[in-house]
Amino acid sequence: MQTLLKNLRIIDTTLNIDQKADILIDNGLIEKIGTDIEVNDWNVDIHDLSGCIAAPGFIDIHVHLREPGREDEETVVSGCMGAAAGGFTAIASMPNTDPAADAAEIIESIITKSEKTPVDVYPIGAATIERKGEVLAPIGELVEAGAVAFSDDGVAIKTAGILRRVMEYASMYNAPVIEHCEDESMAGGSMNEGFNSTRFGLTAIPPIAEELTVARDIMMAEYTGAKVHIAHISTAKAVQLVREGKAKGIKVTAEVTPHHFTLTDDSLADYDTNFKMNPPLRTKDDVAAMIEGLRDGTIDCIASDHAPHSIEEKEMEFEYAPNGILGLETTLGLTLNNLYHQGVLSIPQIVEKLVVNPRNILGIPVPVIREGEKANLTIFDPEKEYKVRVAGFKSKSRNSPFDGHTLKGAPVAIFNKGKLVLSQVSG
Amino acid sequence: MQLKTKHLLGLENVSSSDIQSILDTAVSFKQVLERPIKKVPTLQGKTVVNLFYENSTRTRISFELAEKRLSADSVNFSVSGSSVSKGETFKDTVRNIEAMKVDMIVVRHGSAGVPQYLTKISDSVVINAGDGIHEHPTQALLDMYSIREKLGKLEGLKVCIVGDIAHSRVALSNIFGLQAMGAEVSVCGPATLIPRNIGDLGVKVIHNIDEAIQENDVLNILRIQLERKARAAFPSTREYHKYYGITKERMEKNKKDVLLLHPGPINRGVEISSEMADGEHQIILEQVTNGVAVRMAILYLLGTRQGEDN
Repeated sequence: MQTLLKNLRIIDTTLNIDQKADILIDNGLIEKIGTDIEVNDWNVDIHDLSGCIAAPGFIDIHVHLREPGREDEETVVSGCMGAAAGGFTAIASMPNTDPAADAAEIIESIITKSEKTPVDVYPIGAATIERKGEVLAPIGELVEAGAVAFSDDGVAIKTAGILRRVMEYASMYNAPVIEHCEDESMAGGSMNEGFNSTRFGLTAIPPIAEELTVARDIMMAEYTGAKVHIAHISTAKAVQLVREGKAKGIKVTAEVTPHHFTLTDDSLADYDTNFKMNPPLRTKDDVAAMIEGLRDGTIDCIASDHAPHSIEEKEMEFEYAPNGILGLETTLGLTLNNLYHQGVLSIPQIVEKLVVNPRNILGIPVPVIREGEKANLTIFDPEKEYKVRVAGFKSKSRNSPFDGHTLKGAPVAIFNKGKLVLSQVSG
Repeated sequence: MQLKTKHLLGLENVSSSDIQSILDTAVSFKQVLERPIKKVPTLQGKTVVNLFYENSTRTRISFELAEKRLSADSVNFSVSGSSVSKGETFKDTVRNIEAMKVDMIVVRHGSAGVPQYLTKISDSVVINAGDGIHEHPTQALLDMYSIREKLGKLEGLKVCIVGDIAHSRVALSNIFGLQAMGAEVSVCGPATLIPRNIGDLGVKVIHNIDEAIQENDVLNILRIQLERKARAAFPSTREYHKYYGITKERMEKNKKDVLLLHPGPINRGVEISSEMADGEHQIILEQVTNGVAVRMAILYLLGTRQGEDN
């Protein structure tokens, strides 16, 4: 089976390529890259992709698949189909399932289920048993089963003592520790603490709850020599702490979600639970700091924190609704709309943040677009304008605050595991 | 006196002309309350549901009496605990109530934003009877009515809200309402009971009660919440009373004629001494009487309002 993708602009920052060309794929391998490739075989699947860019496959390293436990909200398969529709050929799944991904069988089962989909799943293992912060998870076995990083995401690793052990142990496998930074004793609110929480009368999480843990984690990474990755960074001061840590040569990296570089807590005026997430939406100044962090490289990558929740759970009094929103099918659109078209990042810089840096953080191979390599591609149209239509999402859940938003920049297709999957996000 | 607002969700976005209309209308309803037959046919044929998700005695009774005195049909629907523990979602409960054809819903709920959410899932006119630590607009309106009745005006007055500002829905509504009417609002209490960003609302923060007494025309003394979370924010009720309690000695020392309000229920000996709670400066029971008149005005104005525009 051959596929010919015509009239693409190919951008591969690893190989330093930015060229117009056609790509001929044969049996999942890149057969030929060149201008005006002609084929006479009627069997070849030909797509004219004028105006589109092909990059190595995008990865989203912060995805909550709800399997095992809440298959009504998302399964491995539905999450992977959402990822494919959103332009991702790979995702890393978070371990806060029920039960938590703290045993090799769970890691193996996630990988096995993903094999039937067009998307590669890299599971993140729980750092501690049941994510309780008491006993180390079997990190060696989890690595052997396929886990690429460790986290108690949903919460920070409970104490400095156990964090140290996790870091020391994970370092032997060169695996990063991914931290949801939030001091437990200050946690529990429904929105960011600030002017708006005072006005809206909602219980609030102060920004310092995040910053204290970021500071702790960076110091512990320095002390142990381990790699720490700050998940969903959201406050200006946290970005500054990462910037300073990097300057000192500490192995700290960070990701930001599209909602944290797009929205502020002003959005909560209507008490719409689709704007409730943790970390909460912060202020205008924080959003500016996310943008600056992306620009100067302090923030290494963009990740969605895709968190599906059922309609019943989200259609609720604000304080009782669970945290989290969908992200897989809006991340690329929001990134292009709010970063590329606003002049914050160039397309090659976006490729760094969605392809190269996130894989380097996890220590997994970065695909390249070269003859003889496996075809692992994301194809997107940076100029296409469309309305986000949540009803058409491949994800099983519907909790997105971006329904009806007009975005410029859309995923068009992915090519992975020998198959082209067209996106319908912008359909 | 057509109100601009269709619902009463809070005072943050209610115009001063609407507040003025409510306070003026309440004057005539207060006269009704002084008659031997305390009832008018104004809302005959209208159905009001008092949907209370939190325990409340005085607010619920005050609304109920206001509804009855306007000849509305009123029903109480009390749910203890959250919808989560009850098993039926809030939305389903509301839909069931609406299916019984009601016109207005008075709602009290422990979670902020519920009245606003209610307007999205129901067609009824919504009146907020207190949502979480957000707003309690009818309480603030009756406080303003009581102050105006006693001192003849609101504009230019200096009003200090004393006590647990952080866990109070009365404070925020009073701040918005009083500021809209031209009063100067400050708050007084220990730092741990004052929200970090309250100053951004244009409110002066005072930590010394003597200063608050000297500087203000009115003190609105809030109840100190004795539940666990609020209690963790100050050392003891004894210490609170020592530094923030309103006592006769403190009032005499400051030699100032200050009007004292308290939304009740009172913790005697904590935020106010018994002597002061029954003394000459306070208008605590008049507030309760005025509460019925003010709620009658709100129910009347919203219940008879024409048109859809906000």
